[in-house]
Amino acid sequence: MTALVEIRDFRLSFDTFDGTAQVLDGINLTLNAGDTLGIVGETGCGKSVLARSLLALNPSPPARIVSGEIRFRGDDILRLPERGMRKLRGRAISMVFQDPASYLNPLLSVGTQMEDAIRGQDAAAGARARPRHAARALAAVLLAAVGLPEPARLLDSHPHQLSGGMRQRVLIAMALAGEPALLVADEPTTALDVTVQAQVLALIARLVADRGLALMLISHDLGVVAASCARVAVMYAGTVVEEAPTTELLARPLHPYARGLIAAVPDLDRPDHRPQGIPGSIPGLIAPPTGCRFHPRCPAATHRCRTEKPLPRALLPGRAVACHHAVP
Amino acid sequence: MTDALLHAQGLAKTFEGRRGLFQPASRIQAVADVDIVLARGAALGIVGESGCGKSTLARLLLRLIPPSAGTIRFDGQDITALEEHAMRPLRRRMQLIHQNPSAALDPRLSAEDAVAEPLRIHGVASGRALRDRVAALLAEVGLPSAFLHRFPHELSGGQKQRVCIARALALQPELLVLDEPTSALDVSVQAQILDVLEELRARRGLAYLFISHNLAVVRQVCERVAVMYLGRVVEEGTAAAVLGAPRHPYTRALLGSVPRLGARGMAPAAAGEPPNPAAPPQGCAFHPRCAIAVDACRSSIPPLLAVGDGHHVRCPLSL
Repeated sequence: MTALVEIRDFRLSFDTFDGTAQVLDGINLTLNAGDTLGIVGETGCGKSVLARSLLALNPSPPARIVSGEIRFRGDDILRLPERGMRKLRGRAISMVFQDPASYLNPLLSVGTQMEDAIRGQDAAAGARARPRHAARALAAVLLAAVGLPEPARLLDSHPHQLSGGMRQRVLIAMALAGEPALLVADEPTTALDVTVQAQVLALIARLVADRGLALMLISHDLGVVAASCARVAVMYAGTVVEEAPTTELLARPLHPYARGLIAAVPDLDRPDHRPQGIPGSIPGLIAPPTGCRFHPRCPAATHRCRTEKPLPRALLPGRAVACHHAVP
Repeated sequence: MTDALLHAQGLAKTFEGRRGLFQPASRIQAVADVDIVLARGAALGIVGESGCGKSTLARLLLRLIPPSAGTIRFDGQDITALEEHAMRPLRRRMQLIHQNPSAALDPRLSAEDAVAEPLRIHGVASGRALRDRVAALLAEVGLPSAFLHRFPHELSGGQKQRVCIARALALQPELLVLDEPTSALDVSVQAQILDVLEELRARRGLAYLFISHNLAVVRQVCERVAVMYLGRVVEEGTAAAVLGAPRHPYTRALLGSVPRLGARGMAPAAAGEPPNPAAPPQGCAFHPRCAIAVDACRSSIPPLLAVGDGHHVRCPLSL
């Protein structure tokens, strides 16, 4: 069976005035139909750039693909012309973003924007755009599917009349319009309050289950990933340092950075457990550390870590760890 | 309560919205009927979602904005209506740490200058003594002398927040109001900053008013917690009681909504979203989202009721 998404040794740089930043340094990930994969990591680890790479949304320049491939159902999408990419966006792969307010046009009603999106999908598929009233009918169905009450009234409202949670639901509804196989969600609940976040995560989980969607969820919040994804990849400074089933990673992280990240999260249910910070700070990517990019902050770093880049090793079934010294 | 460092009673703030051409001015009650007691050296957490009034409360307590009603006492002195010139000597004793250290620092001031500025303005030290004092303050927050001449753009987020803390400490305050001090930071850095804050409190006997939406962080730092919803405190007590055995339906919903590392799946603990403060629901503000609401909840605002030792809940149904 061909994987839904296969990322192989993917390298991407940003050309800046100060030099070339090696933003993604050899990413390997596989996603099958219906998989739920969380990408977790701190600021600047490259998780959003990776997510946007799936839809060729990184502006170039500064972004430059150095090497590797991203295959969607076997086709290398990195070499796809813009026309071909447009057929995939929304129809094969859809995306929702962190800040729903900035992805809606404040001047247009929700209905108009959804009709435009739906008819745009028709055009991208090479078909004739359906009439507005038909697009509107589908929009109402989609709004109901994401749990929004009174879709007809909502279609006539403008974004400023909606709460943050409602706006994000509208964008999720639009993302479903082209019946995608993969939903990429980049920090979809970071701008929302925690009670609303719980509702939106439950909605995403229901859509994934009901529609057989594959999900790639990018988050800085391990808790959000733990709630939503069966597997998780931990990123650090442009590399995937560990990939594992979520429960196994949380129970026993094998990479020193994954271990540090989990130990830093304060636990509401264990107030006496003191979170431990990771000494130091994230490195610059124009001149990243040699060898393992985590070595300057790693308590177990050796000479080999400073000179030789660790490649992912399958230490246990379904677990890959990019560390010279990790043991199962 | 004479030994309280900060004591507010019946505090309220109403903002007048702009009047439209054909519309009367809208009134937003941002804070209503809030009592706060903060003892010397204690840490009180204020938690709640966006729009609950927690940042407005912080600004009121520091007298950065005037209250619409209520009284504020700082170290026994009524500061509710003090003139600005009378407030100034007190301002040295109360300092604010913001959420975003990048916005709080002047990009043209080095770490040394940023920390020296309040000392110069208040004429506390100059020359060699000033430089020594600044170096000691930066060392106290974990920034060795190599950082003295760095500018904000040469510092990481965590290092910038350390500079802000050193600057706030410069005038030896007794009260720090921390408004989401780690929300803009990565989790591995957040743990470092929380360590710095805990050490400082222990060493200097500082009192913290710690505002955060992150319940786990508040549980770690604070002995007492007040939960706010639409301008009112709905539950307050020890952190162990409020966050360990919550009574108010909103506090329960809030705690139930936090994603836990150990748990797969997410069951929403409350329907709907926080209401618009310009059009608050009648009665208990939480009733439209509350699973146990009865008729009385829709008509009158329940009082804060004592349910245990120093534990108060604004919900008669939770008794």
